Amino acid sequence: MTAKETIVSATNGETHAAPSSPAQRAALEFGKAWTYAPAPEAADHVRIDPRYELFIGGKWVAPSSGKYFDTVSPSTEQKLSEVAEANERDVDLAVKAARNAYEKYWSKLSGIERGKYVYRIARVIQEKARELAIVETMDGGKPIKESRDVDLPLVAAHFFYYAGWADKLAYAFPGRSPRPLGVAGQVIPWNFPLLMAAWKLAPALAAGNTCVLKPAETTPLTALLLAKIIEECDLPPGVVNIVTGAGATGAAVVAHPDVDKVAFTGSTDVGKRIQKALSGTKKKLTLELGGKAANIVFADAPLDQAVEGIISGIYFNQGHVCCAGSRLLVEEGAFEPLLQKLRDRMQTLRVGDPLDKNTDVGAINSKMQLDKIRELVDAGEREGAERFSAPCELPTRGYWFAPTLFTGVSQSHRIAREEIFGPVLAVMTFRTPDEAIEKANNTMYGLSAGVWTDKGSKSFWVSQRLRAGVVWANTYNKFDPSSPFGGYKESGFGREGGRQGLLPYLEVD
Amino acid sequence: MARAKDKETAGASARADERENGFVPPARLSVRKAYKMLVGGQFVRSESGRYIQVADPMSLGGTKENVPWASRKDVRDAVVVARGAWEGWSGRTAYNRGQILYRLAEMLEARQGELSRALERGGLDASRAATETAAAIDRVVSYAGWADKYQSLFSSLNPVAGPHFNFTVPESMGVVGVVAPARPALLGLLGAVLPIITAGNTVIVLASEEDPRTALVLGEALATSDLPGGVINVLTGRAAELLPHLAKHMEVAALDLHGVTPELARKAEEAAIVNVKRVRTRSIDEAAWFDADGATSPRWIERFVEMKTIWHPSGA
Repeated sequence: MTAKETIVSATNGETHAAPSSPAQRAALEFGKAWTYAPAPEAADHVRIDPRYELFIGGKWVAPSSGKYFDTVSPSTEQKLSEVAEANERDVDLAVKAARNAYEKYWSKLSGIERGKYVYRIARVIQEKARELAIVETMDGGKPIKESRDVDLPLVAAHFFYYAGWADKLAYAFPGRSPRPLGVAGQVIPWNFPLLMAAWKLAPALAAGNTCVLKPAETTPLTALLLAKIIEECDLPPGVVNIVTGAGATGAAVVAHPDVDKVAFTGSTDVGKRIQKALSGTKKKLTLELGGKAANIVFADAPLDQAVEGIISGIYFNQGHVCCAGSRLLVEEGAFEPLLQKLRDRMQTLRVGDPLDKNTDVGAINSKMQLDKIRELVDAGEREGAERFSAPCELPTRGYWFAPTLFTGVSQSHRIAREEIFGPVLAVMTFRTPDEAIEKANNTMYGLSAGVWTDKGSKSFWVSQRLRAGVVWANTYNKFDPSSPFGGYKESGFGREGGRQGLLPYLEVD
Repeated sequence: MARAKDKETAGASARADERENGFVPPARLSVRKAYKMLVGGQFVRSESGRYIQVADPMSLGGTKENVPWASRKDVRDAVVVARGAWEGWSGRTAYNRGQILYRLAEMLEARQGELSRALERGGLDASRAATETAAAIDRVVSYAGWADKYQSLFSSLNPVAGPHFNFTVPESMGVVGVVAPARPALLGLLGAVLPIITAGNTVIVLASEEDPRTALVLGEALATSDLPGGVINVLTGRAAELLPHLAKHMEVAALDLHGVTPELARKAEEAAIVNVKRVRTRSIDEAAWFDADGATSPRWIERFVEMKTIWHPSGA
């Protein structure tokens, strides 16, 4: 780890960026005050099977290829389990099981009965929330604080929310008689593995579809635990099928001719390939793709509050967030004080063991992702931006990247244009609201944005002019099942959450 | 069940005990229950000390059971606790209200047998009682789902011609007085009360006069759910006597009257002018309560919300 711009020690948290005055420097000398004793979450009650099969038609089925792949903990590089690799034949079986379940059971149930099944799932998720949070953290590297307090409550809430729509679809689209589409093929990413499964399955099931879900290859475990929960809830066999594997498995799900609807969350690159693969077919498609959100801070903003929002906006979940506030646009007058506060705050972030309850920033999800982050950060340095990385001790094993920001970034830099999907913030400045909007919208993405100002009228005015699907005003990274989420432009189409989130799974024309 | 057992014992040894005027000492004496109303989460008798006798067809020798006969003072006490509970209940997140209602469904499911038996003792045959109980539980599930959804159907973003962000959102009204229909005693009471509390209001409900006991058994389930005390207050007694007091109470925001006589409805509507209460008077036939699609329409909720429009300037 190198830090070009400031005097930092890369070994521990005792020294940090030079504060602007000696008094400030003294105030920030906390010695070992930031060092916490280890507070590991007890994981001995959690059982991970040595091997997981495919969940097809209500049964655990060995893959026809006989192939399995390892899933490792990114924080220890240790193998957690091995997981079946589904090929086209397995995917075909899964789609057949889903079709059968759709025709035989699911489409024949009344809305309230369907809803009651989904409520069951929500309830068991609540009961097993801690176990699921621990496995999520082990398999994906995110801090237990986040999987326990953000992911899992949202997962349960999402199932609860959509369970309640199952008997109310006619009221969601008055004057229409909404009908399910049939079999939904769903491919999800590794950044919020269980939450994305919930975002996909809950509305699909409530609307009356059956599902074939393909979790990401680096984080399959919680989806498989969810399959066990679905089994426990006595859902009709085949209503939910989980097929694990890598890109080829996902491609098979998307391409299967008997899939009526495809839902994908992931990169814009893969999203475009899926859109191409589906062109000319009658399949319905929703895409939730990349982002490069602008987080706009006006000089009249409450700066301390803004700092917290900027930090959570970009370092939450190691920056593996499609709606991360990865471009910070600061009004010139606030630049110096804000950056000082931001650097100071970055130094208090605790990076390390994701299972430690004090950890703020966990492990990078995979070696591949770490390489991608390094590549873009190197590009940032090469292109002349100034780097600051929080001084922190990183564990020797596992994949890690210290919270980092770049100043002196121009709009043409790769770090300002491309989605890094890591804990790396690109800081730019602006002088007028119009310039802020111009710069914020100067991206192919349009998933989310943030606005920080104490002036209500300005926050509405700016929000209305941002070409983004979600705008957070004086807050950031807030999610709720009742609140629609999704992108403009190349961040995809379709919404997840809220009444709008039902539409992708219904025929209402 | 305990009573049925008494009967069996009696039947088995009836001959031996003919000389004792039919009396048979039971193998085990069952413990009878004193039925109480639910007010502010507490089980209470009427402060008046009055009672109404209801038949217990399952008992030996046509025993009657006593249920409280609520008074004007009971109504006024209930309004005080309902008004107090409104602050907390309406202040909870919609999600939390939904969770609590779902928990109520779980508690009712666990007491399904007891509720069905109460309906049977109130005059239904076993099959109708079971059908009504199941429908009542599903009705709770349905409204648990409405708790965080009706807002998205009722609210609007209003495209006013000017630099303003203008939106309209539903809010709760306050304390609502309900007269439950005579039949179905359980589904009718829940079906009337649920849309009102789902929207964040609190309720004082006068139970069916034909089968008041089932409402009190329901009260026992309400008290063991996560529903905060005072959100649903169950009174038994005579609507003709109690409704006028509810109707003229200044802290009651609305009335929902099911199956009251036209004379009584008119009396209530007239009294309601005192604080411009919203009054809905309906007589739905029994089958309509079982029509889930109709009876879970969001229009049932919409009658018991206020609409608030907010203007906010939008400009740099």
